[in-house]
Amino acid sequence: MQIDLIHFTPWLSLAGGALIGLAAAALFLLPGRILGVSGIVGGLLQPLPAKERNWRFAFVAGLIAAPMLWRLIAPLPAIEVKASMPVLLLAGLLVGVGTRYAGGCTSGHGVCGLARLSPRSLLATLCFMAAGFATVYLVRHVLERAA
Amino acid sequence: MTIAALLGLLFGIGLLLAGMANPAKVQGFLDLAGSWDPSLALVMAGAIAVALPAFMLARRRRLSLSGQVFQWPQARQLDRRLVLGSLLFGVGWGLAGICPGPALLGLGAGVFGFVPFVAAMLLGMALFELLARRKP
Repeated sequence: MQIDLIHFTPWLSLAGGALIGLAAAALFLLPGRILGVSGIVGGLLQPLPAKERNWRFAFVAGLIAAPMLWRLIAPLPAIEVKASMPVLLLAGLLVGVGTRYAGGCTSGHGVCGLARLSPRSLLATLCFMAAGFATVYLVRHVLERAA
Repeated sequence: MTIAALLGLLFGIGLLLAGMANPAKVQGFLDLAGSWDPSLALVMAGAIAVALPAFMLARRRRLSLSGQVFQWPQARQLDRRLVLGSLLFGVGWGLAGICPGPALLGLGAGVFGFVPFVAAMLLGMALFELLARRKP
């Protein structure tokens, strides 16, 4: 392993992380909801009462509007998708099914769950991190090298 | 409603600032054997450092600051669903470098690759509703 010092952004990442944590803290301390994106979106696919749907829609709308608002003030940072179309489709499907079975994703388990000291979220986070590391290893250092 | 929208916005700005919105950077973090970009570990550290005291405060209160009932997650079990689901999610995350939050944000950024990803993700979530809800 060698550290990629060119792309490493310690302060920006800490600051961005703090804003993510602030959003999670406020969503729980005010309306009492967990900031878990897969759960918020998954809830929109269920027959929920209007009040439950509304805050979810509002959150998703705010999230989608974030890059638009950012662009009014400053140019967007690089957003580079490297995967091909079939890989994106497969990956999206796995992320959709997997996060719902697991009951959470990077935000719900990885941020809120770990901050609540939940053993369940710790196990989930260890699993998706391990699978993520293994997948990138396999794709970059085994499959692409063989090709 | 308004609060949820503002917090979605704040969350999105956090993702952009942190570099989480960039799939190439996320994959740089997941590539331990290559030249490794540790940034995302700091994203999680920063987020947890802020959220942890908030949950501690919430635990001591009966109602939220705006007088609402806290929706504490009820699930406790460490079961196969949790492990297999998380592993599947991790494989998808590694393949594309995209998790659900940045996926939605990418739509708003107008980067085309996020369109098929989000469509497939919603399909996957709908599949779960069809398959899993019937036999809990």
